[in-house]
Amino acid sequence: MSWWTQPATQTQITHGDRFWLYVTAAIIMLLLVIPTFIVVPMSFSDSQYLAFPPETWSVRWYEEYFESRKWMRATVTSVQIGVLTMLVATPLGTMAAYALFVSGHRAARAIFMLLITPMIVPVILIAIGAFYAFGRIGLNNSITGLVLAHTAMAAPLVMILITAALRSYDLNQERVARSLGASRVKAFFLVTLPQIKFSVVTAALLSFLTSFDEVIISIFISGGSNATLTKHMFAALRDFIDPTIAAISTIMVAVSTVLLLTTQFIGGKKP
Amino acid sequence: MDNTTALPISIRSLTKKYGDLFALKTVDLEIRSGEFLTLLGPSGSGKTTLLMAIAGFNRPDSGSIFFGDAEMVLTPPHKRDVGMVFQSYALFPHMSVAENVGFPLKLRGIAFAERKARVEEALETVQLSGLGERGIDQLSGGQRQRVALARAFVFRPRILLMDEPLSALDKKLREQMQIELKHIHRQLGVTTVYVTHDQREALTMSDRIAVINHGELAQVDTPEAIYNKPSNEFVADFIGESTMLPLTQDSAGRLTFGESVVASEAPDPSHNDWSLVIRPERLRVLAKDASAGDQHVMFSGTVTEAVFQGDTAFALVKLRGGATLTVRFGTGAVSEGSRLEAGQSVSVGLIREDLILIPRESA
Repeated sequence: MSWWTQPATQTQITHGDRFWLYVTAAIIMLLLVIPTFIVVPMSFSDSQYLAFPPETWSVRWYEEYFESRKWMRATVTSVQIGVLTMLVATPLGTMAAYALFVSGHRAARAIFMLLITPMIVPVILIAIGAFYAFGRIGLNNSITGLVLAHTAMAAPLVMILITAALRSYDLNQERVARSLGASRVKAFFLVTLPQIKFSVVTAALLSFLTSFDEVIISIFISGGSNATLTKHMFAALRDFIDPTIAAISTIMVAVSTVLLLTTQFIGGKKP
Repeated sequence: MDNTTALPISIRSLTKKYGDLFALKTVDLEIRSGEFLTLLGPSGSGKTTLLMAIAGFNRPDSGSIFFGDAEMVLTPPHKRDVGMVFQSYALFPHMSVAENVGFPLKLRGIAFAERKARVEEALETVQLSGLGERGIDQLSGGQRQRVALARAFVFRPRILLMDEPLSALDKKLREQMQIELKHIHRQLGVTTVYVTHDQREALTMSDRIAVINHGELAQVDTPEAIYNKPSNEFVADFIGESTMLPLTQDSAGRLTFGESVVASEAPDPSHNDWSLVIRPERLRVLAKDASAGDQHVMFSGTVTEAVFQGDTAFALVKLRGGATLTVRFGTGAVSEGSRLEAGQSVSVGLIREDLILIPRESA
């Protein structure tokens, strides 16, 4: 019996019957992935302009990137803001998720919805809002301002992840810990946190990515020496087509992919 | 272990409301030092609310809880020194058996060597010696139960609270654990409050049972008294099988059911309406020509159904007055009831000492 006529599931449907499904799925996956990965060959081009497919190959645009003070400074800024966002959003989101989960207050759901609105509201609106609000208090073009705005974007993600983790956790464990002599805070750190730690790490990595990849808010409220990598890339593309962008994009895609794979790997493990 | 750690619990007019609903309604309960007291009631009766109030996980709206002489209502759970076993066991899956049991000792700053010795001692008490290094996921349900129990008493708490700890186990293991828990309780001598909805479990294990319904205590007494002398309809109906016959008082003041004279006078003259509670196993099938005599109250009727259940059998007897009695009897070769068949007329008797008269509640 060939693969073609073997049953695909526990029903009578064979892989042959399913073939159209596999083709459709493959086309959709390609359409999703190609725009991301098309920059990879482009980045290794020797051409002065962005070209696909490249005629000759080189790594000159990578050299260009690593030797440029402008690009390096922007990279440092982006990483800095990403890490700070992670450090602020992860504990904040975790605490909010935990509090709303255990409180049982009738308003808890409403507050949860309110706190995750940054995920629903178009980012451009948040960017404009942040621009005017930060303009009044002098936070535009500052690291603090960017971290605050990015935290608003990342915290909902943390909350959703942590809430999901708490759902599959028996809160009685914390009660037991308290009856055995642990204060609430101790019970959380000794019993609850060790069991949701993989979700917390995943949330932290995704917080970093949320900030690191973010472009719209950065365009509005970052600038000068605190401009992010994404803002510089956007500006560079607007002014002239610089193949360095392809090199940077490739590096960013690599970083993102590694981080996402890490979260998948972590998420698959049992605590 | 010594008895000096046990403490009495005194609950005084404890009230807890959820919205307009009373979860606990001015509950007064004295739990003696070293006693095994069971809170028994249907779901939603308030028994878990009361247990959680003792543990400190919910704050009553009014009233007091004393451990010995100390008022506890405002004390947070971790300062009450109360061991607790939950229905879900709530073992910590990221710790080994020994780490689970050692957790309360570690929190109390007890040094490693002593901790190890006491963990081993506790595991021995629950017959899990040598399993300390196991992970929680390597244990069976019954073993998890024992670990949860060891963890709850290893720090020698003054009070042990258990919330339906056996309900997740299968019947055989549950019955075995009931006896074992009773044994461990006697060994530890710690004041124990146990919550269950299983009346048989309550009867098996308790020194005293507090029957609770709609947030109020219906009766607090020994298992024998709860079963043999229920003080109201709820307790009579909730504990054990029973048939309740409404009695009428005749002109001479006697309480009667149909032709049967149940009592020559009401137990309490201030109350007029009484019911007779009949436990099926207290009824005897009488010989055909028997007369009521002095020892028995006799009822006559027709067998409508005879059912064999292995260890016992029962027959439904429809009385002339309309009510149906359940008669339960042994299945041995000489059992009087074993020859009953549907359609047969029969007389059953209830020994006067087994009469349970309770005031009928006006509906």
